[in-house]
Amino acid sequence: MSLTAEDVKKIAHLARLNMSPADIEQFTPKLSSILNFVEQMNKVDTTGVEAVAHSIDATQRLRPDAVTEPDQRKAFQAIAPAVEAGLYLVPKVIEDE
Amino acid sequence: MEWEIVIGLEVHAQLATKSKIFSGASTAFGAEPNTQACAIDLGFPGVLPVLNAGVVDMAIKLGLGINAEIAPRSVFARKNYFYPDLPKGYQISQYELPIVQRGYLDIPLEDGTSKRINITRAHLEEDAGKSLHEDFQGMSGIDLNRAGTPLLEIVSEPDMRSAKEAVAYLKVLHSLVRYLEICDGNMQEGSFRCDANVSVRRKGETKYGTRTELKNINSFRFVERAINYEVERQIELIESGGTVRQETRLYNPDKNETRPMRSKEEANDYRYFPDPDLLPVVVTVEQIEKVRKQLPELPHQKQQRFMQEYSLSQYDATVMASSRAMADFFETVVKTSGNQPKLAANWVMGELSGALNKANLDIIDSPVSAEQLGKLVLRISDDTISGKLAKTIFEALWNKEGDVDHIIEKRGLKQVTDSGAIETLIDKIINSNPQQVADYRGGKDKLFGFFVGQAMKESGGKINPQQLNELLKKKLSVSE
Amino acid sequence: MHNKTIAELSQDLAAKKISSVELTQLYIDRIKNLDQQLNSFITLTPESALHEAKQADALRAQGKAGRLTGIPIAQKDIFCTQGIKTSCASKILDNFISPYDATAVQKLKQAGTVLLGKTNMDEFAMGSSNETSFYGPVRNPWDLDRVPGGSSGGSAAAVAAALVPGATGTDTGGSIRQPAALCGITGLKPTYGRISRYGMIAFASSLDQGGPMTRTAEDAALMLNAMAGFDERDSTSINMPVPDYTATLNDSIEGLRIGLPKEFFSNGIDPDVAKTIEAAVKEYEKLGATIHEIHLPNTSLSIPAYYVIAPAECSSNLARFDGVRYGYRCENPVDLEDLYKRSRSEGFGSEVKRRIMVGTYALSAGYYDAYYLKAQQVRGLIRRDFLEAFKKVDVILGPTSPTLAFKIGEKTDDPISMYLSDIYTIAVNLAGLPGISIPAGFAQKLPVGMQLISNFFEEARLLNIAHHYQKVTDWHTRLPEGF
Repeated sequence: MSLTAEDVKKIAHLARLNMSPADIEQFTPKLSSILNFVEQMNKVDTTGVEAVAHSIDATQRLRPDAVTEPDQRKAFQAIAPAVEAGLYLVPKVIEDE
Repeated sequence: MEWEIVIGLEVHAQLATKSKIFSGASTAFGAEPNTQACAIDLGFPGVLPVLNAGVVDMAIKLGLGINAEIAPRSVFARKNYFYPDLPKGYQISQYELPIVQRGYLDIPLEDGTSKRINITRAHLEEDAGKSLHEDFQGMSGIDLNRAGTPLLEIVSEPDMRSAKEAVAYLKVLHSLVRYLEICDGNMQEGSFRCDANVSVRRKGETKYGTRTELKNINSFRFVERAINYEVERQIELIESGGTVRQETRLYNPDKNETRPMRSKEEANDYRYFPDPDLLPVVVTVEQIEKVRKQLPELPHQKQQRFMQEYSLSQYDATVMASSRAMADFFETVVKTSGNQPKLAANWVMGELSGALNKANLDIIDSPVSAEQLGKLVLRISDDTISGKLAKTIFEALWNKEGDVDHIIEKRGLKQVTDSGAIETLIDKIINSNPQQVADYRGGKDKLFGFFVGQAMKESGGKINPQQLNELLKKKLSVSE
Repeated sequence: MHNKTIAELSQDLAAKKISSVELTQLYIDRIKNLDQQLNSFITLTPESALHEAKQADALRAQGKAGRLTGIPIAQKDIFCTQGIKTSCASKILDNFISPYDATAVQKLKQAGTVLLGKTNMDEFAMGSSNETSFYGPVRNPWDLDRVPGGSSGGSAAAVAAALVPGATGTDTGGSIRQPAALCGITGLKPTYGRISRYGMIAFASSLDQGGPMTRTAEDAALMLNAMAGFDERDSTSINMPVPDYTATLNDSIEGLRIGLPKEFFSNGIDPDVAKTIEAAVKEYEKLGATIHEIHLPNTSLSIPAYYVIAPAECSSNLARFDGVRYGYRCENPVDLEDLYKRSRSEGFGSEVKRRIMVGTYALSAGYYDAYYLKAQQVRGLIRRDFLEAFKKVDVILGPTSPTLAFKIGEKTDDPISMYLSDIYTIAVNLAGLPGISIPAGFAQKLPVGMQLISNFFEEARLLNIAHHYQKVTDWHTRLPEGF
């Protein structure tokens, strides 16, 4: 699987990573070689084989519906990059109207 | 050129659990920003989700209420995208295997018939936080209290063919989730959110037209207006040679128009995959049965019962059963009225609803109690008062002047039913209006109304109309 | 004293031969004097350590001491420690002071251990050589020009050089076992679900497991006793009782059936490593075990499967590092996109970015079936291979790493060559089975590690089998020169 610079740009955007032209030049062949490598999996026929998402054979446990968490805003926001009036600040989010 | 409108609706209902779907933080509305966002809701490194049992029960209830299959095994999946109100950079949702599968709701149409709207699925997911756009030195402020609140996303098939059908469907669904006590249905607070997928096509065409998604419609009225605007816009666009773009549009209620949402322009690749931090959710037949036993009488069941027990029309039954509060109120009125369902329905849907709407009150806040209204209906049906005067008494009840009998007594509103007294009164009128009597007897039948009017005036409206008519006819037809 | 095991130190503390404060100070001094050579620690906490040691001594005076009370340990910097910097060896968390303790940290605290500091690692646990850390590479105490292995390289080096008697590590594709092998110590990856992942910063959620890194199997058993157990805050935590892993260490292994996978001894393995393992196998025969050849036919597919699943899960797990609520934020972001892209690009190292890209690609529209789904199916095949093998044998044995410790910088330009270092360990994570690496000898003056793999939740058996080997050999007692 050979990736183009366009492909790499798209993936980088999905992952919110910056890619300078130099980065792209460096990344593209390395990524392509990794993807080529993993295509070895196609050597084996897996029709009918169940996909394993978890190594354990268990089902989701449920917790009772109760409020157990206290307000820890002070402690949590002490390590935040930018807060005001208890809110986390980010560059203006453009939504209509 | 005949056009067909195709509408599908996606409703996000916030489930009324005390704690969040994956953490033990509170879901209570209106708290100070970020005071109900725990480490899990904030997406701190290393935290993990654990599923709230109450959420599963509520999903089962909804499934039963829409006659759907409850999936014995369902899976949570991650929907990956970046947005500041989404702390983990992914939303935990359900993708390929939702907990509730195909179901349906029957909605009442204006012509009195009903239509079945199919529901594709309903799945569980977590809500995101909120962005506040007031200026904080040129920045937006993020409140994550809402992040992690449980949502049930209910997706309909594109079965609706008009804005009115869409509203009818929403009202039925809204009433159902409130009946089931899984959602408080408060659209202003955002606990019942609706997105509409709207497209048009030429009548007879089998392919669907390009659809747009409408957002920010948080009242039934807005739903109707937004859809109607969008339909017109699409038709105009196509008729003038343009094509509809698949996009998300925001409804502006002040301008009554929809405009494309800038921030959602680009197509998002959500890269769904099963969440490795959560295991498959198993629901047993026993669990479903347990929930089924706890279900209240559902709206459509109540509606059927009202039609049978009280001989109400489909329309009346639907309105009466539309909310538990309304239905309970109505049944109390019927009981205290000495079993007068038709009259009770007329008063609840007519005079009472009118007054409540005008005062912007919910039926649970009605100044006139169900017992009092029932008593009023009883007094009408047992001829204590005339129907005409009942309105006056209703107003007195509304203004808290006391109970029905007390008001009747105090204001002397008792209907005259004694035939002797009525005859005496009629005699008086006949004697005072000899010309009209002669004219009437001479053939001017229309003058009958004049005599009725005179009698009502004389008696202050307190004569039983049927008796008056009977006796008046008798007396007037007797010739001298 | 510094070369003593946790078990020995525990006895010395109990016999009042030394106090916890003295013991803690001893290690604090050793670290101060020797760690510049290794760079195995990111954060040191001498003050709080001495405070904890004092408390441990007080507890002991009240007669309330347990087996781990007053024992100094180190935590891999991937475990959240309340009030203490937790960096995952990344610039993006360089300023992150964790507001809470991981469950595993809490449990070791409750057992009375003393925290000396947070150890260095590959950034976000992605690596097999500890060369991707924001804080610089860790050096192998057996040869300072060589890597200690990764990602738990700091813990491995610190324990190997006796800077700390025991440390925690995490293992997603071999990150406890491989560095243990390259540094000549014991490292255990328990069954998936045995130790809580709550507070253990996630790399690949379906593969990650925490575990002890120590000089001996007995010590690993002591630490596992404290770390293991059901945690209601982790949905993938298994509710099974925790046995006393030390109680069965000396059970007889007469008649033990050991399986040697044909695929583990074919091409790619350093002949010296192979020779050392073969000698180790002979020791087991002497102890009464029988040796059988087994097949794990899909072994070679474990690396490609892993390098789809792990990056896919990590690409999602690392999305939360966005400069909004904690961690590194770029200066003067012009808009939201800029905030995200610059914070993440400036904060993450290149190996992390590479894996995020691979993972994002593998999950993206049109590729999910070909990559992610396929990898999960291969995972199913690999698990099946193991379960088949365990019908014939009780434990599987092989080399932990195909090579000896390589030189720093040798493989950094060739990611695939680096990935191949995990060939024997990765399959174990994909299957979720427990695995342990113990020192099996030396080749070219460098440690060689032997890996033992058992069936689900058979950690007690693994430790027992490892313990027997350590009773008849002394590889695990050696200290590198200069330490």
